[in-house]
Amino acid sequence: MSFMAMLSLVISSTLVYSAPLIFTSIGGTFSERSGVVNVGLEGIMGMGAFAAVVFNLTFAKQLGAATPWLGLLAGAIVGVAFSLIHAVATVTLRADHIISGTVINLMAPALGVFLIKVLYGKGQTESIGQDFGYATVPGLSKIPVLGPLFFEKTSGPAWLAILVAGLSWYIIFKTKFGLRLRSVGENPQAADTLGLNVARLRYSGVMISGLLGGIGGAVVAQSISLNYSASTIVGQGFMAMAAMIFGRWNPIGALGASLFFGLSQSLAVIGAQLPGLKNVPSIWLQLAPYVLTIIVLVFFFGKTQAPKADGVNYIKAA
Amino acid sequence: MIAQKNNLSVAMFSVLFGLIVGAVIMLVFGYNPISGYVALLGSAFGSMQDIGGVLTQMTPLILTALGFAVASTAGFFNIGLSGQALAGWVGAVWYALSFPDMSAIIMIPSALIIGAGLGAIAGFIPGWLRAQFGASEVIVTIMMNYIFLFLGNDILQNTMSKNIKESAETTKQVGANASLQMKWLTDLTQGSSISAGIFIALAMIVVVWFVMKKTTLGFEIRAVGLNPDAARYAGMSAKRNATIAMAISGGLAGLAGTIEGLGNYLNFFTQNGSPSIGFDGMAVALLGGGSYLGILGAAAIFSVLKIGGLGMPMSSGVPFELVDIVTASIIFFVGVRYLILLIQKRIKAMDEKAAIEAANKKAAKENQQKGGE
Repeated sequence: MSFMAMLSLVISSTLVYSAPLIFTSIGGTFSERSGVVNVGLEGIMGMGAFAAVVFNLTFAKQLGAATPWLGLLAGAIVGVAFSLIHAVATVTLRADHIISGTVINLMAPALGVFLIKVLYGKGQTESIGQDFGYATVPGLSKIPVLGPLFFEKTSGPAWLAILVAGLSWYIIFKTKFGLRLRSVGENPQAADTLGLNVARLRYSGVMISGLLGGIGGAVVAQSISLNYSASTIVGQGFMAMAAMIFGRWNPIGALGASLFFGLSQSLAVIGAQLPGLKNVPSIWLQLAPYVLTIIVLVFFFGKTQAPKADGVNYIKAA
Repeated sequence: MIAQKNNLSVAMFSVLFGLIVGAVIMLVFGYNPISGYVALLGSAFGSMQDIGGVLTQMTPLILTALGFAVASTAGFFNIGLSGQALAGWVGAVWYALSFPDMSAIIMIPSALIIGAGLGAIAGFIPGWLRAQFGASEVIVTIMMNYIFLFLGNDILQNTMSKNIKESAETTKQVGANASLQMKWLTDLTQGSSISAGIFIALAMIVVVWFVMKKTTLGFEIRAVGLNPDAARYAGMSAKRNATIAMAISGGLAGLAGTIEGLGNYLNFFTQNGSPSIGFDGMAVALLGGGSYLGILGAAAIFSVLKIGGLGMPMSSGVPFELVDIVTASIIFFVGVRYLILLIQKRIKAMDEKAAIEAANKKAAKENQQKGGE
């Protein structure tokens, strides 16, 4: 395999594996910036994957190549609906954020498989009719050297995710909504005194995490697993959470961390095709992303600087 | 005392609401909730074998729940029980199969110690990392769940020697020298996979209760969990005690895995995901509300649901996953205990109002009667 071919393989598979993590980790960033810890990203992704697969199986014939993109929308809607459980529990009913998030994670695979059994009579679905496959970005693919590497036969959702990362950075740090969201996550009392609606801002933070987490799950289902079963989402939500922390609650940081995790995840898959990595036992490549997460967490960002009121319920004085 | 009373009623309401959620879901999807729950109870208590199954299921849940409770007493949220249990399971089975001729008197205690020890190491690592570097134990234990999952499967597939394996995916059964199953129990429960593990689990409830409530170590762990700064001021090492608590927590989970390996399945096989006993144990501890008897009761409820759920599809057509939805709902209601306390307050207020109104009415009537005289 030529060097360029290898490079292009690594880049395209990194993008494929990063895309869901980028969406979901940015979703988590919105939630935690508003002060709600979201351990439930894994469950939200699961419901997004479920919705996308059902949508895809139902409409692939009529909608053709547009199906997976509309499937993202289906995943997003179901993700928002599912994240409302977390919002109601933590914001309105003062539940412990980690317990509520764990409930989300316990509920999602059970509910997903239950509904699949009701709909299709078996525990996992057929393969979907239309998946993302590889796309070529028109125009940009003509750039010499970089074009073929990044924009030819590349992952469409990954480029959308990168756009979302830029947009989210702008929203969180440059708009009035972002400023208010952050103030609620840092000091809800002060924000309340200034007349901000703490509960409404926190609901929107959690619901954006549901929106983006649902999209993240839909991307996994429609570009990697290609069907839905209990094992469609296994750990990507937790990886996204780690990427959010690694990225220091900043969408651009989360993007970088997700690309890094995407690279280490994809090496476990394509390692056998690469000279040099070929002789490394696959177990090491499999373990790498998880071990790296721990190392990064411990040695580079020991004391993690979450938003100050992250995970703290705000109880308005009567 | 009042808090304990509240915990019990919160737990009871949570179970009730969880079952109602399950019934609503069954109704929505066209199943009959009554026949669904009847099938569930029938499959959990229908025969001695079913009851043996419930007790088998309870065993690891009691242990992982105790583990979760010890860690949370010290202020840790241990989501890594699954991985810690897996570490014990793989290690103990591997050890037992490697020495098929060792006598049971030496084999069983040493296998239990090895399994619990591996779990303790697996719990110690995230505890130490948080104490030393402030790394979130939630993320570290979640990552370690995946590490142990992949490592366990890889050891089975690539490291264990061929002569202790049945196939590439399963080890051989452990010999009689390492099995925790007892003939009289097996006979009594018509061949269920119940083992001496249930007695170990019950004994550990007493041991953990004693250590946590009656010893200096338990006192220090509780003090650290309540207020690390005050504990340090009193001359206790917050870091050391918190780390020890996580090691004990992991050790209990490791013991749960060991009993799964040597008592229930008698082998180790390729796992598709983290064993559910970890997450279920967490749920049991939350439902148990931090009380040791509560853990026993909650483990019984969850085991009845689990074992009963297995029989639901056959006789009522309801998919087995409904039980997991009910379980998750129960924990949801435990989590939003504020809602339940609010409802209780409302009911009490309404009762009082009704009592006052009744008293007023009675008084008015008496007045009328007096007036009539």
